[in-house]
Amino acid sequence: MRTAFIKQLTEEAKTNDKIFLIVGDLGFSVIEEYRELFPDRFLNAGIAEQNMIGIAAGLAKEGYNVYVYSIANFPTLRCMEQIRYDVAYHNLNVKIISIGAGYAYGSLGASHHATEDMGMMRTIPEMVVCSPCDPIEAKAITKISANYYGPMYLRLGKAGEVVIHTEKLDSLRIGDVLSIGIDNSSESALLVSGSILDYAVKFVIANNIQTSIYSLPFIKPMNVKQIRQIAIKYNYLIVLEEHQKSCGVGSAIVEILNDLYLNNEISVYPKVRRIAIDDMFYSVSGSQQYLREKANLLLKNEFFESKFQ
Amino acid sequence: MSNKSNILAKNIRETAVRLVYQAKASHIGGALSMADILAVLYSDILKFDSSNEKWSDRDRFILSKGHSCVALYATLAHCGFYSIQDLDTYGQDGSNFLSHSSHYVPGIEFSAGSLGHGLSIACGLALAAKRKNEKWRTYVVTGDGEMDEGSNWEALLFAAQFNLDNLCLIIDYNKIQSLGFTNEVLNLEPLKSKLDAFNWNTIVVDGHDHEELKSAFYMAEQVKDRPTVIIANTIKGKGVSFMENRLLWHYRSPNEEQLKEALEDIRR
Repeated sequence: MRTAFIKQLTEEAKTNDKIFLIVGDLGFSVIEEYRELFPDRFLNAGIAEQNMIGIAAGLAKEGYNVYVYSIANFPTLRCMEQIRYDVAYHNLNVKIISIGAGYAYGSLGASHHATEDMGMMRTIPEMVVCSPCDPIEAKAITKISANYYGPMYLRLGKAGEVVIHTEKLDSLRIGDVLSIGIDNSSESALLVSGSILDYAVKFVIANNIQTSIYSLPFIKPMNVKQIRQIAIKYNYLIVLEEHQKSCGVGSAIVEILNDLYLNNEISVYPKVRRIAIDDMFYSVSGSQQYLREKANLLLKNEFFESKFQ
Repeated sequence: MSNKSNILAKNIRETAVRLVYQAKASHIGGALSMADILAVLYSDILKFDSSNEKWSDRDRFILSKGHSCVALYATLAHCGFYSIQDLDTYGQDGSNFLSHSSHYVPGIEFSAGSLGHGLSIACGLALAAKRKNEKWRTYVVTGDGEMDEGSNWEALLFAAQFNLDNLCLIIDYNKIQSLGFTNEVLNLEPLKSKLDAFNWNTIVVDGHDHEELKSAFYMAEQVKDRPTVIIANTIKGKGVSFMENRLLWHYRSPNEEQLKEALEDIRR
């Protein structure tokens, strides 16, 4: 995903001289081409994330569309207040890019596990929160971000994520929910955000499960009309994410459903199973896959059986 | 005592004291300590056009110690960004004049309230001017207690690394922070040699002496390849004798009698 991001950003920067990339002393073998092509619109701010966001706010105030690139929790939690106050409160054009969603940096330990970031970022007013599942979504969102004014958070995996979408997403709009596979006879829909979607698709195919599958590249805003249609069509929703259950993707869905139900826009509130990290840190070494299993981010056949619906 | 900056300083002090009296607000001490810095900046140094606040060639001014905003609100009113009467809503329900400086007020570039933000933002502005080859300068005022914040020291490293000679930091060194004297809370001393060691052009002035302030700002404009920091030695509550150097006036607002006495002091 990081390759898809930087390639698209470099493309955009060729025709858009407002684009400015700041890195927090990270991005080895990723950012070199951009740096060589656009030295006047590149900055390594060093290992100083609070200052880095302040710098981004200052540059954005003077008209730049500023991308801040780092990994894990460093461009988010470490400088949370600068993002809230300097960037979002002033509605400045700053895009925060973090590599290493969820347990992507598994063996590097809890410091590098980005498992609370979406919750933190989505509480901030004005902030758009994106969580692509594959390089196609990452590229399409990067393209959108180049022409979108305002603060945005882009949560990316690392490298080598499986490509899930079979077509380019040229008409993607902020908030869109994307169908990956529709089973009109199914009563259940699987809603997934991030690269864990690859696991979900493989699980459904391997176990010959009847369900529809949707990708959620945007956590905020989410297209409420689409969520409403999904809620009307299916009795049972399974939300899978690589993030704490509190304030994550499932929470966002439940909040939307609650308001739809309250306002009589849906007459039946579907059952929602949220598969997310259950208020835990994981302190053992392990690959992304190992830690996902350890955290019980797993689908089971029985979730899709009617007796549970 | 009849030149422009001295008149402005008097007006700032008078208006600031009236404002905290009306709104029963805190932080008058730190507003008075930087009144002369603002008066000199807005009389003799900053390029601005109060009828065109977004003028692209204006110098950028950032107040980082946002709690001292009454002094800035007063300054901008006396410089014509809005009328003195507009300030009557200060601190009231629905007013844009918050008790921490607000960018919804004409002439204010960035809001400030949480400490340790302004210098980084100012670095971003100064860097933008450099990258775009524009000639305007960036000025930022921080408090001394505020220098406890680690983010400021990140920004100090940054500004020197990127040769931001179009950036001027003024530290309002009034020696008192929220719960005590700065040298008893987290001692900044030796402050000048710290800032020298961070590769800044460092100037120490009496922050109430307008001629010293002016010549420091002129010197800062001449320095190449390094940012300038002016350590302005100031007195918290300066200009109102019963407020001077007293921690109490970080918090208290004057009663009617104290207001009268303060105004007499300022006019003296």
